[in-house]
Amino acid sequence: MSVPAFAALLERLVFTPGRNAKLALLRDWFATQPDPDRGVGLAALTEELVFTTAKPSLIRDLVAARTDPVLLALSHDYVGDFAETVALIWPQRGLRPRGAAGGEHEAQAETYIVNAPPPALSEVVEALELTPKAELPALIGGWLDTLDSSGRLALIKLITGGLRVGVSGRLARVALAEWSGQDVAAIEEVWHGVAPPYLPLFRWLEGRDEKPDPREAPVFRPLMLAHPLEDADLAALDPPAWRAEWKWDGIRVQLTAGPGGRRLWSRGGEDITGAFPEIVEAMDFHAVLDGELLVIRDGAVAPFADLQQRLNRKQVTATMMRDFPVGVRLYDLLFEGTEDLRPLPFDARRARLEDWVARVSPPRMDLSAQIAFASLAQLGGIRDGARAASIEGLMLKRADSPYVAGRQKGLWWKWKREPLSIDAVLMYAQRGHGKRSSFYSDYTFGLWRPDGEGGEELVPVGKAYSGYTDEELAWLDRWIRNHTTGRFGPVREVEKHLVLEVIFDAAQLSTRHKSGVALRFPRIARIRTDKPASEADRLDMLMAFVERRAAPEGEAAD
Amino acid sequence: MTPQGLYCEPGGFFIDPVRPVDRAVITHGHADHARPGHQAVLATVETLAVMRARMGEGGAGAVQQPIGPGEVLEQGGVAIRLVPAGHVLGSAQVVLDWQGSRAVVSGDYKRQRDPTCAPFQPVPCDVFVTEATFALPVFRHPPPEGEVAKLLKSLALFPDRTHVVGCYALGKCQRLIRLLREAGWDRPIHLHGALAALCKLYESLGVALGPLEPATVANKAALRGAIVLAPPSAVQDRWARRLTEPVVGVASGWMRVRQRAKLRGVELPMVISDHADWDDLNRTVDEVGAPEVWVTHGRDDALVHALGQRGIRGRALHLVGLGEEDEGGTEAPPATGEGDAAAVRGVAAGTDVAAVSRGEGL
Repeated sequence: MSVPAFAALLERLVFTPGRNAKLALLRDWFATQPDPDRGVGLAALTEELVFTTAKPSLIRDLVAARTDPVLLALSHDYVGDFAETVALIWPQRGLRPRGAAGGEHEAQAETYIVNAPPPALSEVVEALELTPKAELPALIGGWLDTLDSSGRLALIKLITGGLRVGVSGRLARVALAEWSGQDVAAIEEVWHGVAPPYLPLFRWLEGRDEKPDPREAPVFRPLMLAHPLEDADLAALDPPAWRAEWKWDGIRVQLTAGPGGRRLWSRGGEDITGAFPEIVEAMDFHAVLDGELLVIRDGAVAPFADLQQRLNRKQVTATMMRDFPVGVRLYDLLFEGTEDLRPLPFDARRARLEDWVARVSPPRMDLSAQIAFASLAQLGGIRDGARAASIEGLMLKRADSPYVAGRQKGLWWKWKREPLSIDAVLMYAQRGHGKRSSFYSDYTFGLWRPDGEGGEELVPVGKAYSGYTDEELAWLDRWIRNHTTGRFGPVREVEKHLVLEVIFDAAQLSTRHKSGVALRFPRIARIRTDKPASEADRLDMLMAFVERRAAPEGEAAD
Repeated sequence: MTPQGLYCEPGGFFIDPVRPVDRAVITHGHADHARPGHQAVLATVETLAVMRARMGEGGAGAVQQPIGPGEVLEQGGVAIRLVPAGHVLGSAQVVLDWQGSRAVVSGDYKRQRDPTCAPFQPVPCDVFVTEATFALPVFRHPPPEGEVAKLLKSLALFPDRTHVVGCYALGKCQRLIRLLREAGWDRPIHLHGALAALCKLYESLGVALGPLEPATVANKAALRGAIVLAPPSAVQDRWARRLTEPVVGVASGWMRVRQRAKLRGVELPMVISDHADWDDLNRTVDEVGAPEVWVTHGRDDALVHALGQRGIRGRALHLVGLGEEDEGGTEAPPATGEGDAAAVRGVAAGTDVAAVSRGEGL
């Protein structure tokens, strides 16, 4: 099919909050669309397709030549998004011109003269690459004439970038797996070795061809993940069979380097190579490694908020690289050269990793130190003693565990340290999404601070949308409806009466929040109807939780 | 123009007044146009029936005078006719002839096909009084059949989920049902309690709607993969919790703009409107050929600007109190929506308009 079919998919995805529903829409796309358009659409959704030739100003000029400036301004003001305004206001071709009075043409008034079919997705992609710049306006204008409003919006977003429909590469690959019946891990391993429109991939998934061989191309290998450790699991552990490391609060990454190129992958297999050029520069080796990306200054790991400054950026400036220097703390070695180490037991891989680091000693990388312990009680003590914000807790890895994709129970555990807690006042509530769309389920809460006039005022310190039971959610929803003082779209302001016990993993300084502090993973622990709002905590007390960059014990030198 | 609303001085009657008056002509049954407590009410047979159903026998006027198609009534030298407006069942334009000049008050209207009511008829006139709910060039309503097809496609994709569509009780609900029947959906359609009475009334006035069932809690299993219609305000509120993993749709002209639909948490926006879109507003003005156009409510700025460019004098009346039910309101009305008698508000009127009104024969 063509751009209209893709537009219909986009429209559904934009409005669909649920993951399962998104997967169903994607499966339907793979099942019903022909090659090469289904692959082009897939690449567009996962933002593997980037066009640089058509700038937003081109669209602006096109629409300005076709519309009244006052009406365009009024419309833009109402709609907000410019691309959407253009898509909606674009004059339908062949519509009877205005101004002639009389009703004799009524029957023809709504017939549009369409003498060219809308373009295929693959046609758009090819033409954008081959057309000389001077001819682009006429080409794009011609396409827009053949499309309806949702087709126009899809085309404009496609060529100027930023579809933003909430489909990650990972989600797309899960949909491919569900649609084809292939294992998602197997798809992950070839994904980055095939290029849009992925014809060999689709041939394989439809059973018409062998699995594509990525050869030397750098591909993502699905990460091994850990289960949270519960008390019962802990009691069953036999200490000599387990290894412990710190669980660092950065982002999990995979480093792939070899003759085929160098890539840095996020936990979900997104290519984040471009955001961290200094790491890529340091990857002068032939191996696949698992590690934690961290901002490290003078050997000390900075809080997660610092790393956030480096995430989701297309451009990296020298200033950012200087102010937020990154490094990788290495957890595991998956491949050395072309040798696949993943079937080996953890201890054997660890020995190979230590040996490899000693030999290669790549800059900006170090080993994640192992923590010696004789008993679970001792290990618990070590966990509770770690107060640095950059540590989330401990990782426990079974000494004989192979490196397997996904979250297999009993091989790796994450043992987070006890959360911190504050008693805060509920200030605003917002409706949730999907199943929770009829519930006020997102809560903004605040703490008291001096208002500068001898009194106290509440300042928002965070937002939580988990931790409560279904019964508590129903109770909170009712309370909020009965104590609303103001409404702003989907948000309600409430009477400042209700105290919530909020737990979180760490408090970190932040310039982006009014209160000056940001919480990691805040969630609702309890509803404190027993406590008057005036006895909720002060901001001072939260600031005391803010840990600075103290290096914890057991940390290896950088 | 008076605090009560649009007034015809020689005839001594009001059109869609916001406060109780002696003599009122009512264009259609939406609560912002048909308010209770008038002495004498002139309207179509269907509109009077709608008013009685929503406001009770007494609320629809102490004296109710139906006026049939083609019938002409004299009132103080003014000849009054009602001509179909295509908005909802019974909706009418008020055609006023006085001393050789003609004014047409359109009420709310649309030009799209609607299987539940008579189509709009353009009447050439000297003054055309129009609404402007969707008077921005970004509002172009697509063919409603395509929007219904989206709903049916979604039902095929998610056969276990209840599809609940928010729609207004008078007009939109019944139009949607008819469109679904035309598209081949002959299974029962489930209704929120607030929609049932008017569906029954439509059927009694000859609009067949097929099998309808209440969307009661007891029926939860039957609602899997079913279509449920409810007032827009109910689809995301506590009422909807009885539904199984609902796909929330809303049928409204406002769904044309994504931000608006997204903000309301709609998963399946359906651009179906009972108001004229930008193209149809302009086309209608051209067809009636009036040199002077008064805009009652909505986006008058854009429409008056566009009219001016074609040499048509446009005037914004800023009528307050209109556009509160159905799609006119920017936010959904309360779930009940039925005859909100208390919503009587003042009117901001320009005195110059009153002068013009007398001069032109209104």
